[in-house]
Amino acid sequence: MNTAIEFRDVTKTFKGASYSAVDHVSVTVNEGEFVTILGSSGCGKTTLLKMINRLYEPDSGSIILFGEDISTVDVVKVRRRIGYVIQQIGLFPHYTVGENIATVPKLLKWDKEKTAARVDELLELVGLKPDEFRDRYPSQLSGGQQQRVGLARALAIDPKIMLMDEPFGAIDSITREKLQSELLDLHRNMGKTILFVTHDIEEAFKLGDRVIIMNEGKIRQFDTPENIIRQPADAFVQSLVDSALAKERFWERYR
Amino acid sequence: MIAYASKYYDRLLSATLEHLEIVVITLLISLVIAAGLTVACSYSRTLSRILLNAFSVIYSVPSLALLALLIPVTGLGKKTAVIVLVIYNQYLLLRNFLAGLDGVDRSVVEAATGMGMTHMQLLWKVQIPLAKKALIAGLRIALVSTVGIATIAASINAGGLGSILFDGLRTMNVAKILWGSLLSAALAIGMDRLLLLAEKG
Repeated sequence: MNTAIEFRDVTKTFKGASYSAVDHVSVTVNEGEFVTILGSSGCGKTTLLKMINRLYEPDSGSIILFGEDISTVDVVKVRRRIGYVIQQIGLFPHYTVGENIATVPKLLKWDKEKTAARVDELLELVGLKPDEFRDRYPSQLSGGQQQRVGLARALAIDPKIMLMDEPFGAIDSITREKLQSELLDLHRNMGKTILFVTHDIEEAFKLGDRVIIMNEGKIRQFDTPENIIRQPADAFVQSLVDSALAKERFWERYR
Repeated sequence: MIAYASKYYDRLLSATLEHLEIVVITLLISLVIAAGLTVACSYSRTLSRILLNAFSVIYSVPSLALLALLIPVTGLGKKTAVIVLVIYNQYLLLRNFLAGLDGVDRSVVEAATGMGMTHMQLLWKVQIPLAKKALIAGLRIALVSTVGIATIAASINAGGLGSILFDGLRTMNVAKILWGSLLSAALAIGMDRLLLLAEKG
């Protein structure tokens, strides 16, 4: 199996902080894997993610994408190889849905027909009817629809790697369930490498082929959901698993 | 007052046009310089802090004093007036332009950066269109302030409506004072409306 993403002893400390957001992390993600990164706020999971598309630069260590050290590649080129989806979505309010999705193809000067065809294809893929949604503005969409557009936009030039930073964090639970299942289907059909940050243990275990559990800038455990539940690596992971089970029992009472 | 206008309408007209000329030239030059500085500042927070501080210090110097300071360098007349007005505008324009760009939704900027827009693409395709309102607001403030301060430039022989105003003050001619102020106010309001239309159009 090919290695898609490799962290080699990566450390990042923000200015003025007394601890490292990411503390000597080494980890390898295989091509085609869906890896979720789980942790509470401030554990460094977003920092880890944002170093991959160089929104943050590590203080030390290196990050390798498909055998290439990203610090040696032009930052814009690195980012264009990677799809990026964030919780706040960040659609361009002055562009229509179609124009939003076509942003990077336009930057790359694709011809009009190819771009238009790609936009429609992507809208279909994320479950939005092209004729109905292409010419709307983001403000005319619900949160769930906006995130579908966000996902389509990130997929526009078919990047091999997708980085997703709590993409469904601000979406109601019914829509979230649906989007999660659809994302799993997408992953199965397209074989992309996905790194997905979340603080929701159920989401992490439902989506991830493997789950990275982070705390205080360090990776506590990186394994399949099954193995983590069976053999938590330490007390922190154990407490995380316990909290999920406690929640389960809470709902059981109302059955 | 009406009598004065009917007798000297050609003088009023030429003073107004002269005023307009100073204002338009000033604004065009100011805009070009401020746009360049804004782009430069968008690369560096340190630069923007330095420039804003410097311009705010200059802005706090009374216009009459600044005009007087420049006379030994650039002499009397329009040129000096325009230079002073352009310098004043830099503070108003730069501050408003930078605040406008800064006010663009951070998540939109992050998404644009993350998808691989270059700094210039981010500016032109995202930040400037989304900050348009704030940018034009800054321009309008600069416009009104330029029309006002330009009257004072008459004190160094730059002409314009200020010359009528100062004449009136010297000779205690109320008609002249009133026409000078009214026309300059009308000029400010009229041009401001034009910019407002441009913003909507």
